[in-house]
Amino acid sequence: MSVDLEHYLIVGALLFGIGLYLALAKRNFVGVLMGIELMFNAVNLTFIAFSRFGDAAEPLTGHVFVVFVITVAAAEAAVALGLAVLVYRNRETIDVNRMNLLKW
Amino acid sequence: MEDTGTIVAFWLLAALTVGSALGVAAVRDLIRAVVLLITSFLGVAGLYITLSADFVAVAQVLIYAGAISVLILFAIMLTPLASRDNAETFLQVPGLLLAGLVAFTMGFVSLKTDWSVVERGGFEETAAEIGEALLSKYVLPFELASVLLLVAMLGSILLVRPEGSSAEE
Repeated sequence: MSVDLEHYLIVGALLFGIGLYLALAKRNFVGVLMGIELMFNAVNLTFIAFSRFGDAAEPLTGHVFVVFVITVAAAEAAVALGLAVLVYRNRETIDVNRMNLLKW
Repeated sequence: MEDTGTIVAFWLLAALTVGSALGVAAVRDLIRAVVLLITSFLGVAGLYITLSADFVAVAQVLIYAGAISVLILFAIMLTPLASRDNAETFLQVPGLLLAGLVAFTMGFVSLKTDWSVVERGGFEETAAEIGEALLSKYVLPFELASVLLLVAMLGSILLVRPEGSSAEE
């Protein structure tokens, strides 16, 4: 028995599913953000797994891509949490059920 | 990857990662959810090490387990009157169905596909090669990423600045 590419891909799929559920179903905006971060992690894990096992001329390209994904995720987290604080300051809540200003 | 240590490490880390991610969804208190999220990030960093991706593993610990989780904790602390509970919206059942379906489909496809796997063994060290690639082939995205980080930093400072305070005063 050994650990192959498929094992890592299944861990990535499970992690992506949990993150998707969090992003769709959580009421708190911060919970939604946690789901998005988990999905980023799942995708990064898949990139690294393919980089390690896949048949490619330059296998480290996957690592470079992951470095860029981490950078963009950090920028996204900073802006999204700033937005959460701003919404809280104006509406006294970050419940996504009650952010319904655009609803008629 | 035939040695016993890697196999044991993989299964332990996979259980830790997926288990604490499930805990983030199940636990009722948001602070506890953040702690479980950090555990999940550390588990992913361990999985990177089993894939011999040393640079990315250290970056994961620094940026995800360090910076982003502290940012999330800050956001929770700065919204004190918002409900601390981690409840679901009316989308819980459809969200659960959709997430299960997506995870099942991806798992099924990854099992059924005949990937062109090559027996290469682990990388010796990755940091030097990643650095060279970033400064030669990928230098334009690298510079764009630094501009993006600067803009995001300025944007979030501008967004959360208290009302009435400005640079002129």
